[in-house]
Amino acid sequence: MSQLSLTFVKSSENNSSMKLRRKVYMVAGYNTISMGTGRSEFHPKKPRPDLEDYIKEAGEIVLNQIGGAKNVDECVIANFIASRYNKQANLAAFFPYIDPELAYKPCVRVEGACATGGLGLATGIKSILAETADVVLVLGVEVQNSVKAVYGADILSAAGWYKERKEGHAHFFPGKFSDRAGVYFKKYGRENTRKAMARWYYNAIENARLCPTAQEFENAQKNLEELALTEPNPRMFVDHLNVYDCSKVSDGASAIAIVSEEGLKRCGINKKDAIEVVGMGQAEYDLTKAPEDPVRLKTTEKAVKKALDMAGITRDQLATVECHDCFTIAAILAIEAMGFAGPGEGPDFILAGHTSRDGKIPFNTTGGLIGWGHPTGATGVHQAVTLWEQLTGRSGQSQVKIPAGKPYGMSVNMGGDDKTLVSLVYKKC
Amino acid sequence: MKYEEKLENVTVMGAAGKMGSGILYLTATEMARQKFIPSNKDREFVLYALDTSHKALSGLMTYIREQAWKFAEKNIVSLRKFYQDRADLIDNEQIIRQYAQDLLSIIRPVTRIESAFDSYIIFEAISENPDLKVELMSTINKNNRNKPWFFTNTSAIPISWLDEQAKLNGRIMGVHFYNPPAVQKLLEVVKTENTRPELSYFVADYIKNIGKIFVPSYDVAGFIGNGYFMRDIIFAEKKVEELKQDFSYVQAIYMVNRISQDFLIRPMGIFQLVDYVGIDVVQFIMSVMKPHVSKENIQSPLIDQHLHDIVKGGQNPDGSQKDGIFKYEKGQITAVYDPGKKRYVPVSEFRDECDEYLGELPADWQPWRKINRNPEKDEILKRYFENLRLSKKPGAQLAKEYLTRFREIASDLVKNKVAFKFDDVNAVIIHGFHHAYGPVNEYL
Repeated sequence: MSQLSLTFVKSSENNSSMKLRRKVYMVAGYNTISMGTGRSEFHPKKPRPDLEDYIKEAGEIVLNQIGGAKNVDECVIANFIASRYNKQANLAAFFPYIDPELAYKPCVRVEGACATGGLGLATGIKSILAETADVVLVLGVEVQNSVKAVYGADILSAAGWYKERKEGHAHFFPGKFSDRAGVYFKKYGRENTRKAMARWYYNAIENARLCPTAQEFENAQKNLEELALTEPNPRMFVDHLNVYDCSKVSDGASAIAIVSEEGLKRCGINKKDAIEVVGMGQAEYDLTKAPEDPVRLKTTEKAVKKALDMAGITRDQLATVECHDCFTIAAILAIEAMGFAGPGEGPDFILAGHTSRDGKIPFNTTGGLIGWGHPTGATGVHQAVTLWEQLTGRSGQSQVKIPAGKPYGMSVNMGGDDKTLVSLVYKKC
Repeated sequence: MKYEEKLENVTVMGAAGKMGSGILYLTATEMARQKFIPSNKDREFVLYALDTSHKALSGLMTYIREQAWKFAEKNIVSLRKFYQDRADLIDNEQIIRQYAQDLLSIIRPVTRIESAFDSYIIFEAISENPDLKVELMSTINKNNRNKPWFFTNTSAIPISWLDEQAKLNGRIMGVHFYNPPAVQKLLEVVKTENTRPELSYFVADYIKNIGKIFVPSYDVAGFIGNGYFMRDIIFAEKKVEELKQDFSYVQAIYMVNRISQDFLIRPMGIFQLVDYVGIDVVQFIMSVMKPHVSKENIQSPLIDQHLHDIVKGGQNPDGSQKDGIFKYEKGQITAVYDPGKKRYVPVSEFRDECDEYLGELPADWQPWRKINRNPEKDEILKRYFENLRLSKKPGAQLAKEYLTRFREIASDLVKNKVAFKFDDVNAVIIHGFHHAYGPVNEYL
């Protein structure tokens, strides 16, 4: 048997699921500010931090929490497309820039569109499982305000199949999810769905207002739901979404250390300050294919099921979820894909208040992609950091209650139009 | 001839100027739009940018290129549809670049008037020099076998006078853009009794297609916009004279400007607006209007004095404000020109005294920018003006006098058949001058 195959064992209860063979933890997370419109520091025409500045800030602070670079065995940098946004590739070589002690250590860069961060985490987890490392520094980063949004849409469209670009919308991904929303409206009703989309926006901003690093932290707008119900303007944007339905353009980095039991000891970190990775589900779907059913996120369904099965828990045991709400309609579809609501029932689930911070299952407690921000390559790592903070009681104002009987949190990170998926389940230690 | 046929060959005179460049750009976008219509695919649209200086024309083309890019970025959703058949254009950036190229390819920068001899339409946007306008339009008219239509951007000269002098036989109409044309939504249009109806039809379509709105005005010197603006200046100057009884000249200027900006909630004070337009331009407009307005003296000694001292105001090429009645730093007023001393006096030397005299702003006051964007603007203004009405402070009293005069000017414009109705005056003031409210209102 190869080293890798030894790291997972099939569960006796369920032949399709596997268990992690070695304990894997995450510790010492850090998020930079999610920079972009909405932040008072942001001005499109004024100088601001660049790619390497974000990398250094996030990397240094994590290293400080784990006893320095000497404790790190491997590094993973998650970045979607700096080669176009910043004309910069070979990003793994920025690790020694964070700290010279990282020089000559194995480093890798991973990419999977908006699920890049999740893939970065998965790569780090596999290094621990493969026993090639006990401490892996995982850092996600994206700096997207280097170009106007109209050109950013070109760059982001690389997350889809390039041969569809010509026929695609000017705002390629908003176009894709607008199409999904259009079908959803037709099938399950527009009015209620739009209300739920507006409520999702409201919850996202309310949560972001509690998190100082969130892009919408300073959002003081009143009547958020009313604003979010603004009719879409197909002439200037897409048919079924308005700008409040969309995550913004963001710059930022998030980093976290993935460690084994030995790694925890080496870094001198108490287990109560760590969270344990208990489930991981990865799934891919054919980039060249349209979704089989536009009102389902089938790849998300698969990844979430794998993660929960590996964790050996049900969704009812989750205390909080970080989902990939790149668009409000994506959140509704994700809720249904996770099984919290049946097909067409996602809007009612949201409108009943179940996803709000004091609801049955608080979602996206620092604002998610819409409220906190979406620096694409960092997003998956940001989700991990948020869950680490929540499960270890570090979330400050944005802390939600983690009931003793529900010590779990789950993240779902999606790349492209439900193509690349990484779902992770964490447990409070 | 159909609308699109008329657009096949157009000249903009004074194309490199502040107004001409905007008119050129808007016309080019309309021609480019026509080109996207399948039935116009084989038509060749030509737009001559006529001006006297090669250097200015070179700058003009840079401006047009930048505007075309901005337009394409903003309208990328529809442009992707227009370029759907071009398999080589995939990314937004490729489409935006192509659009800018296509738009620029319509324009021919020229310095010789002969270029206009084949045009069907002439937009005239040269300086407010009546004789020069007549000479140029007359020359084109004599040498152009197409019997071209003339659309003049004059903001002051009666159209019938230009028609008569240049012998255009009704082929002229006033199409007055506001500055800057690419941004300002409003146009004033002026027909004479002789204007041929087909010109009006064309103009209505053209204005609609370039996304603007218009207000009709009678053919009276100054029309609605300058009819209001010049009288507003004259009233402000009268108030300066009154305040000079108790205050220095620079203090009086400062106070009247502040009343007209802050107390009246306008985007800028009256003398700052004069600087923005250009003191020389204002004097020119007054001199053009003067012979056509018999009952009033459209003249400003204050303006004349500044020009005598070669203090002109106006804009730098980068859009920043030149010094005029005021001195500016980073767009802020820092000093007032004193013609007696022939120098600028810093505002910091007298601001506190003036502000104390005027008194605080009435309760519920908000700056213009904030109010203008507020959907509850009407309610806020009602509350503010009620407080203004009750205030006995000198600043509030002066503001009330100003508002009364503001309404009188509007009333006279309708009574003297400059404007067709009050709503038209309000529309010009709100959309052309960007005031938060029109002179005819129920606030006071």
